[in-house]
Amino acid sequence: MITLDTIMQGILLGGLYALFAAGLSLVFGIMRLVNLAHGDLIVLAAYLILVIASVLGLHPFLAVLVAAPVMFAVGWLLQTHVLNRVLGDDLLPPLLVTFGLSVVIQNALLEGFSANSQKLAAGTVETQSLQIGSLMVGVMPLLTLATAAIVIFALNRLFYTTALGRAFRATSDDAVTARLMGIRPNRIFAIATGLALVVASIAAVYLGMRANFDPSIGPARLLYAFEAVIIGGLGSLWGTLAGGIVIGLAQTMGAAVNPEWQILTGHIAFVLVLLIRPRGLFPRAND
Amino acid sequence: MNLSSLATGRSSVMILSVVIVATLFALPFFAPRTVIQDLFGVLTLLVLAMNWNMLAGFAGLVSVGQQAFVGIGAYAIFAAVILWGLDPLVGILIGGLVAALFAVPMAFFTFRLNGAYFAIGTWVVADIARLAAGQWKALGGGTGTSLPKGTTKDMFGVDAIKHLLDVSTAAATDALTYWIALVLALVLFVASYLFLRSRIGLGLQAIRDNANAARSVGVDPVRIKAAIFILSGLGIGLCGALMFLQITRVTPDAAFSVIDWTAFVIFVVVIGGIGTLPGPIVGVAVFYCLQRLMADYGTVYLIILGLLGIGIMLFARRGLWGTFVDRTGLDLLPLRHMAPTRSGPSALPPLPATQTLA
Amino acid sequence: MSGHFLEMRGLTAFYGDFEALFGIDLHLDAGETVAMIGANGAGKSTLMRALTGIVKIGSGEVALEGERIDHLDAPDILLKGIATVPEGRRLFPSLTVEENLLIGAHARKGDGPWNLQSLYELFPILHERRRSPGTALSGGQQQMVAIGRALMSNPRVLLCDEISLGLAPVVIKDIYAAVPRIKAVGTSILVVEQDIGQALKVADRVYCMAEGRITLEGRPDDLSRDAIHDAYFGVHA
Repeated sequence: MITLDTIMQGILLGGLYALFAAGLSLVFGIMRLVNLAHGDLIVLAAYLILVIASVLGLHPFLAVLVAAPVMFAVGWLLQTHVLNRVLGDDLLPPLLVTFGLSVVIQNALLEGFSANSQKLAAGTVETQSLQIGSLMVGVMPLLTLATAAIVIFALNRLFYTTALGRAFRATSDDAVTARLMGIRPNRIFAIATGLALVVASIAAVYLGMRANFDPSIGPARLLYAFEAVIIGGLGSLWGTLAGGIVIGLAQTMGAAVNPEWQILTGHIAFVLVLLIRPRGLFPRAND
Repeated sequence: MNLSSLATGRSSVMILSVVIVATLFALPFFAPRTVIQDLFGVLTLLVLAMNWNMLAGFAGLVSVGQQAFVGIGAYAIFAAVILWGLDPLVGILIGGLVAALFAVPMAFFTFRLNGAYFAIGTWVVADIARLAAGQWKALGGGTGTSLPKGTTKDMFGVDAIKHLLDVSTAAATDALTYWIALVLALVLFVASYLFLRSRIGLGLQAIRDNANAARSVGVDPVRIKAAIFILSGLGIGLCGALMFLQITRVTPDAAFSVIDWTAFVIFVVVIGGIGTLPGPIVGVAVFYCLQRLMADYGTVYLIILGLLGIGIMLFARRGLWGTFVDRTGLDLLPLRHMAPTRSGPSALPPLPATQTLA
Repeated sequence: MSGHFLEMRGLTAFYGDFEALFGIDLHLDAGETVAMIGANGAGKSTLMRALTGIVKIGSGEVALEGERIDHLDAPDILLKGIATVPEGRRLFPSLTVEENLLIGAHARKGDGPWNLQSLYELFPILHERRRSPGTALSGGQQQMVAIGRALMSNPRVLLCDEISLGLAPVVIKDIYAAVPRIKAVGTSILVVEQDIGQALKVADRVYCMAEGRITLEGRPDDLSRDAIHDAYFGVHA
């Protein structure tokens, strides 16, 4: 049944979901784009890390340092050559294009890597745990949550204390006036999507080290990420972390009652939060 | 193109349509069973596509959760037949009604979400329905269940068809389900056409093209959209029940498959021409040909389909049919027959007042 | 082209099929302040948008120091030294006053007379309010931020679109008091106004626009009230 241990597990799982969601939140905050391929891009990054780790014989934590710049480039190119062409008042084209991309990535991965499950070998850290009070806490889940907090802290710093962050916010507010200030929105968007995929690579390394993955699991990660973003409030990064924790807690508690209910209780928590607070827990003032 | 030749063009299209429809109805009398089975697949896909086109192309509701209605229709007919011992034909109706009923709370929840978030919201709800179906132990839980042998054989009408066509029971079943699918597709097509040319339908298109215009048109967009959403639940639920009656086996993953019942459907509509009435028909035709050509390549086929969808959105947003109409000016099924050609400074959407009611 | 600092010739612009500008000829000399007056809908704002690369030009040309700039995108036009105070101020709501000013320097390459310090001297109230969200300020203060934001790029040409719109007369006077200071550092200024009075006071030269055409040009002292009135309302002599 639900114990202190369950709650701890739930909070830690929330860290993983916040990592899934941070990139989605970033991109939505800047260009109001919902990338339906976000989950598949995380899975793509996991395969990239897998290849780098096995070819270069690196630990996944080092392989991600190689994968992240590659994923940044992927995001940059994707935004510049595809997504920037479909951004606009009409919501349909970006949705359909990213949905198409999702199908393409899934099947390309299936073609290249088969449907077999893969895992990133992290070594002894996978099984280590720490004694906190009366609780035994896995090092890996703890690292995931800590990473999520660091990523979100770093993104917030970037947003609110740098010239790039200022340009992000200005473009998000009013792209036409931003152009009059010498800002090129398409370039800003390309950087944002590149950054989102760097965060996706970080999410991917934890996804791959904690559990098996295969080409088909992207859409489910997208749903968890999306639920975290909406629960947190659109465009609020700390809200996204809170949203991830809500989903993580709901899933872990559901699973504690009946393992088959894990995903279902997560979804139901999402529906309930939205029925009570349609704008999420921490809505941004000017949306 | 001048008016008289356009009129000639339209009346020949009319005659051609009647001939095609008559042929389609007569087909089980002489065509081999494989053709009937293939066409059943085409027609059911067309029904799904027309429903999604209505939602996304006309009502602006980009749903990625239509698999919910397919799955609910499928589970409802299995429950009706297996648990309550009803005739499968009644089961199909129950499938449609239950799906429409489910669409009500689904709309209540997802309509709170705007635009892109509506899309993922519908997806989440569909996933809830899938997971809930997996908890229905009486219908096999996560592993699903099959219809008892002979269910379709005893279905109302099969015997009569068997004698009429002088064929095996299995072929008679195929003919019956084929005719139901054909009727469903035709009814949907004609109803869509009439609706889109009605005052409310034109108002809906005005909303899509220009939100401000809609206000002056005096239609309540939310109510119409909700009505369309619930009706699409009915149409897709009927279709889902019918498809799984033919498949005879149901599992949560198959019945609520986002790829089979939503992704394919979206690509069909996008390729054919979203927001145009003939678009789904063109899209289904292209889809069927591609499938025939590339069925052996499996995943590559899906990759090409995805890339084709992306390419259309980038370079020919109105799809094959829309682009054809734009290039040639030949709209064989015009939704705005009284509207003058676009000219002058203000390309305002036509006002319903100037339209004859269809 | 002749030797004017900024020159437009035969400029047209369209919104879809609708022609908004019908062959505009206009020039601005170095250090000059020119006012463009005209009624609402005369095409002044379209002219501004065409000049800054927000609206695509139909035909005609724009040159800065003899170099064609009419094909450039808005950010590149800013880089050439033409900065804009857009109609309606359009401050970025999620940026503070100071951040709004800093964003103006986003594309700035070298130094110039304008920086945070000199702008806070020009508009002391902004220093006081520098940490407030830009949109929390009064209309007049917001206009000061918008002007300051444009100046932060140290432009050679400053375009001001309807800077008095919606402001009280006393506030308008305060805003216009800054114009001579801006002029003093050698910046050319094009002021687009519906408010004729203030525009005529600061301008070296005046254009009047009606129905997408230039209807009058001259020095403020040489123009009679009647001539301006007729040109303003598009009455053809």
